[in-house]
Amino acid sequence: MSLIECKNLSLGYDGHEIAKNLNLSVNSGDYLCIVGENGSGKTTFMKTLLGLNPLISGEIKFGDGLKRSEIGYLPQQTAVQRDFPASVFEIVISGFCGSMGLKPFYSKAQKAQAQINIEKMGISHIKDRCYRELSGGQQQRVLLARALCATKKLILLDEPVSGLDSNATAEMYSIVKRLNSEDNITVIMISHDISAAVSYATHILHIGASCFFGTKEDYIKNQNTTSLEVAENE
Amino acid sequence: MSESLNQLYTYLQFPFVRYALIVGVLIAFCSSLLGVTLVLKRFSFIGDGLSHVAFGAMAVAGVVGLTNDMPLVLFITTISAILLLRTGTNAKIKGDAAVAMISVGALAVGYLLMNVFSKSSNVSGDVCTTLFGSTSILTLNKTKVWLCVVLSVIVVAVFIIFYNKIFALTFDENFARATGTRVSAYNLMIAVIIASVIVLAMNLVGSLLISALVIFPALSSMRVFKTFKSVTVCSAIVSVFCALSGILISIIISTPVGSTIVLVDILVFFGFWLVGNFKVRSAK
Ligand SMILES: Nc1ncnc2c1ncn2[C@@H]1O[C@H](COP(=O)(O)OP(=O)(O)OP(=O)(O)O)[C@@H](O)[C@H]1O
Ligand SMILES: [Mg+2]
Repeated sequence: MSLIECKNLSLGYDGHEIAKNLNLSVNSGDYLCIVGENGSGKTTFMKTLLGLNPLISGEIKFGDGLKRSEIGYLPQQTAVQRDFPASVFEIVISGFCGSMGLKPFYSKAQKAQAQINIEKMGISHIKDRCYRELSGGQQQRVLLARALCATKKLILLDEPVSGLDSNATAEMYSIVKRLNSEDNITVIMISHDISAAVSYATHILHIGASCFFGTKEDYIKNQNTTSLEVAENE
Repeated sequence: MSESLNQLYTYLQFPFVRYALIVGVLIAFCSSLLGVTLVLKRFSFIGDGLSHVAFGAMAVAGVVGLTNDMPLVLFITTISAILLLRTGTNAKIKGDAAVAMISVGALAVGYLLMNVFSKSSNVSGDVCTTLFGSTSILTLNKTKVWLCVVLSVIVVAVFIIFYNKIFALTFDENFARATGTRVSAYNLMIAVIIASVIVLAMNLVGSLLISALVIFPALSSMRVFKTFKSVTVCSAIVSVFCALSGILISIIISTPVGSTIVLVDILVFFGFWLVGNFKVRSAK
């Protein structure tokens, strides 16, 4: 059984449809990239998967005993107030909150893991700084470290490299790749960087006027034929 | 100096002074713990809003002809607080606007009802009661003090046990929900706690003071401290200090208790504001 299965899914807000007829299944260990134009509904799709947004019709099934508390999430935008007092460490460790159930405090192991994730993201030097005084790219890394704390099986990333410089972007991709291959965490990532998507992902979901879901190889083939058709028409 | 200390010592012999100190400090402590979350969630004015709801409820009770309006008032205010707070960040109408709507609406309806079905001629007196507390903090009896102690213990225990959840929820509710935290349940729990503290405090010390106790310590500490934990700890200390010194000062120079506490809070806020500015300057 696959980790996530979507059948005839249609997405939108307040009954207004944005994308429809999405059919896909994500297996454990997959690396799925979601591509599409601005406003095509990629974020909406991710929020629907996460249960933050009600779906209009169709169904989403979680398999393999996947629980919400085993999912990590990096939002595209976090509306944090300008004056919110919170240190980097406090935010990163709050990623464990969902998996603690009713336990009130973080364990030693969780604190150590948070520290490891902070080091992974290269932000240990700003660990005690105030989140709201960091740059956009630094904030992005903090939120990714938090997502790493939350996940055991599946991580959803909404444009993780937006706002990162080219070094950090390459680093981010290799971190995500390693999560996928070494820690065997399933990755679902939204990206505008098609070349990176094609080189790292195993599957591609294209949301737009025409939706595509399939393996990377099929996607490349499909693209080649469509661009050939375009070339022939010209 | 020793003269006023002597005088203070004499006053402390009176049980009502001790009661006032205990209740004042406890309410200040609880509301400052909750204040950080309330201010960050844009619910700073919830104390004021709820007092107007209480006023409206009193009007309704008066019209219906209830002799003991307390249970109805408590019930309606608690329900409104829960309705306001329960929805969390994803509400269509957010914090301040929702509080303003409920507060103005309840005030208008209450005043209208009182005018149309006027039984008590002392409308402005009733309004005053809701603003400054129906029982003065200096006329508390033992039962009320115990009620306050029990509630405070519960509030502090819940706050400590759920501290990490409260942080996660206040910082990023959507992330918490997406990663399996039972956000609605926690929001409801926090709402119930806040509602009971505010409703109790409103009765004991009045809504004016409770608003100040929610807002000032949190804002003061946020001038200087930058982590959630330090802000919470600091605002609890600030709040207790201000309540304690406010009550003592008001006893010694016989000024109104609530206003004196608020005044001390304002002074402390200025102090923190200066320190905060100084910190920013010297960091540059
Ligand atoms: N809260 C909302 N209420 C109503 N409509 C919304 C809401 N959020 C987004 N939309 C609409 O849904 C559509 C899809 O938005 P979405 O955020 O999913 O796009 P996206 O594919 O993630 O775009 P981008 O690449 O810019 O991130 C847009 O047309 C947008 O206007
Ligand atoms: Mg998006």
